[in-house]
Order: sequence, then structure tokens, then C-alpha cells
Amino acid sequence: MKQLSVEHLLGIKYLNKNDIDLIFETANHFKEVINRPIKKVPSLRDITIANLFFENSTRTKLSFELAEKRLSSDIINFSASQSSVKKGETLIDTVNNILAMKVDIVVMGHPNVGAGVFLSKHVDAKIINAGDGTHEHPTQALLDSYSIKEKLGSLKGKKIVIVGDVLHSRVALSNIFALKLQGAEVKVCGPTTLIPKHIESLGVKVETNIQKALEWCDVANVLRVQHERMDVKYFPSTREYTQLFGINNEILDNLGKKITIMHPGPINRGVEITSEVADSDQSIILNQVENGVAVRMAVIYLLAQQIKR
Amino acid sequence: MSKKVLLNSKEIEIILHRLACQLIENHNDFSNTALIGLQPRGSFLAKRLASILTNDYHVKNIHLGLLDITFYRDDFRRRDEPLEATDTQIDFLIENKNVVLIDDVLFSGRSVRAGLTAIQSYGRPKNIELLVLIDRRFSRHLPIQPNYKGRQVDAIDKEKVIVHWKESHTKDGIYLENK
Repeated sequence: MKQLSVEHLLGIKYLNKNDIDLIFETANHFKEVINRPIKKVPSLRDITIANLFFENSTRTKLSFELAEKRLSSDIINFSASQSSVKKGETLIDTVNNILAMKVDIVVMGHPNVGAGVFLSKHVDAKIINAGDGTHEHPTQALLDSYSIKEKLGSLKGKKIVIVGDVLHSRVALSNIFALKLQGAEVKVCGPTTLIPKHIESLGVKVETNIQKALEWCDVANVLRVQHERMDVKYFPSTREYTQLFGINNEILDNLGKKITIMHPGPINRGVEITSEVADSDQSIILNQVENGVAVRMAVIYLLAQQIKR
Repeated sequence: MSKKVLLNSKEIEIILHRLACQLIENHNDFSNTALIGLQPRGSFLAKRLASILTNDYHVKNIHLGLLDITFYRDDFRRRDEPLEATDTQIDFLIENKNVVLIDDVLFSGRSVRAGLTAIQSYGRPKNIELLVLIDRRFSRHLPIQPNYKGRQVDAIDKEKVIVHWKESHTKDGIYLENK
């Protein structure tokens, strides 16, 4: 039976290899769907999905919304900035009020770690974590792996380096879980202040020299410096960060091989990556965006399949 | 459980040639016709017919496509077994074409209904016809009838029509199984 082993998508941590394979296989079909003249299927026409975003998010929200519309589900959108959350309502109350309107699936982005897990224990709906603080962002990791697999054929034995602000990145943690599960080798590279302590216990290696890291890898997943999550200064200046960890054509040309460049967006052009690199043929940044819709369609479809009438 | 042979490989061969000739009568040189096999089982029949048309009747440039209807089915979330999608392979435009949907067994008509919706995602066909190898009459849930049929079968609900193709089994054969 081809079904996910989990009832919610709270993090990659809870998935197994078969789940990831099933999601990718289903995403392949949806990728074909979104490239048709009419890019829509009627599968989820009796499912209602609430997109709850308690923090600013543009591309994740758009990508989820598009995926839901392509599957013909009904959608309600909620963003905390315009809601009663500001009036002091609790998360469970907010969500239960929305669920009273007969919602089947909740897609939630939240600034607090574990918000999705907490919610899944208290409300009767499928929960999809669209990012919980600095913890996990499972659909981003899935679309990253899917994009690497599409480009390189397989992840087994491939060398991936995650560059930049690993400390504040939920993309990094989910990526590490997803890549390791599929047999890839993972290194993280960035200023020591932005690399979490004990990250080696997850089976990844740490490198602080960008040149060495890029020479080692097949794929570099470049992260944004998340100023909004930084309570103290982690490096002296943006200029210094760019000089030490910024990726430009000069570094890439000296590698002697062509590596693949990824970025979960939004890009700070000229900080972690130059425009020339972001727009080069080595970059698969826009493929990631397209694959994001297909992978999210797959996740929503597979979870909706478990909701029996 | 009993199993009865409905058609043997020789009879299937004769029927396939007859269906091919009927298609030629209505579609001339097939220049504006698309043969679309409904995945997974209709694709064997569609491929076989396309090969007979090409090799035995020298029809050139047949547009053959395979259509997956999983995401258009009306029993999503209503079955115990999850639905499993297969590939869609349609590398030409359907717009303004004469489409022949092809499936092995016509039973309730629900797969064909899903196919009719699914094919619209590739454009607006000029018209759509239905070709089936086995038409189980008296079992329809929807008002759908084939334009071309190999053999009409009267079977009760407890009976199941099983189609074996030499591509997936050792030889062609159609059986009626009593559950």
C-alpha cells in the first residue's frame, strides 16, 4: 500500500525513506500536470485548506496557495498581522475557530519552534508545517532534494554543502535530515558563530573555509543571512561576511569543476551570492521554485488521501 | 472460484484487426486523429491497435498518447486502497483533434467519465469517441456507450472480466472469473 507513514507533515525527522520516495514519485506526476495547457486537477474539490501564517512569508505562502488551487481545494488565508492574535487570542483558540468552519488541512508557518507538533496534538485536522521558527521547514527540504535529484539523478553519495546562517535556518535542519536519509554526504560552512554547537551529532561535517567547502561539494545550498532572527551581532559586518563567505564567479571559476548552486530565497544579491552566480546556468534557483509547487501538491494530495469520507 | 475463457488469442487478433478497419473507415489517414489509451490497462490495447494500423494497414504518423486519469477519478478518499498514479504521455496538442479514447473493459463508465475530463486539460478536442475491447452491458452507472467495441458481454456483478496481454502475461486472453 502506497501511503505516507505519518498523519501530518511536521518535519522531515518523522519521515522515512519510503515516504520521501512516494512524495517524489507523486510530485513527478504533478510536475507533468502543472506543465499542461490546463494546469489543474479536480482531486481535492471537497477539501478545505486553511493557510495560517503567523509570520511574514511570501514565497512559501504563494507556493502552497498555488499548489492547493491546482488541486482544486477550497482555501482560506489567514495572516497574523491582520488577526485577533494581536488581540491576545491563543493559537489553539485561533485554529479551533477556523476548524469550526470545517477545515480539513491546516498549513501553518509560525515563529515558534514546535508550533506544528503542539497543534497536531490539540486539533482534529491534518497539519502541514510550513516552517516553525528556526526548527524545520519540511516542504522546502523536500523540494531542495527533489531539485538535486532532478539535476544529478540521485542523491546517494552526492556531496552537499549548506553555506551560511545555519544557526537560524530551519531550511538547513530539514535539509540535513532529508539529505542524510537519502544517502548524501553533508557539510555545513559558515562563520563559527552561525554554526550550531554539536551539529556534528547529526552526522554532518563543519568547514569554515568556503573555498575548501566548494572544492569538496557537488551542490552548494546557499542560505540567506537572517537578520530578523538575530538578537545579537554574529559577525562584524555584512561586507566582511560577503568577503569570507560570499559566492562569486571568481571562486566558482577556480574550482576546476561545475557545481550546482541552490538558494531557498529570498536572495540577498551581493551578500551571500552575486547576481552573476544566481542567474548563471549553474544555478537551479528557479527550478526550485517550480518544483516547490509540484512537491507541495504531492504532500497535500497524499495527506488528503488519508481523510476518509 | 471459476474461470471461463471469453476470448482466446486468435479471436482477440481477429477482433483487433476488425477494430482497426473500423477506425480506418471513420478516420481515413489519421492526420487529425489521436488515439489515447487510458492508463494503465487501456494503454496495452492502444499500443497494439497503433502497431496494427502502422504495420498491417500502413497508416503513417499515428498520434498515440497515454492518459492517466488518477487525479480525475470520483472515488478519491472513498476506497480502502490508495489510488496510484501512472504516467501521462501526450506529446502533441489535442486542440481540434478527433480523439479516440481506448480502454480494455467498459464497466461502470466512471473511468471513461474521468478520461473525458482529463483529456480537456490538453485542449478542446473536435470530438471524442470511445473504443473498448469488452463492453459489459447492463452494468453502467453513467450514460456512456462505446462507438467501437470488440465483444459485448453480459456478466453479473459478481463476475469479473480479466484481460491478459502478451506484453504483461505470457499470451493474450480474456477470461470471465466468478468471485
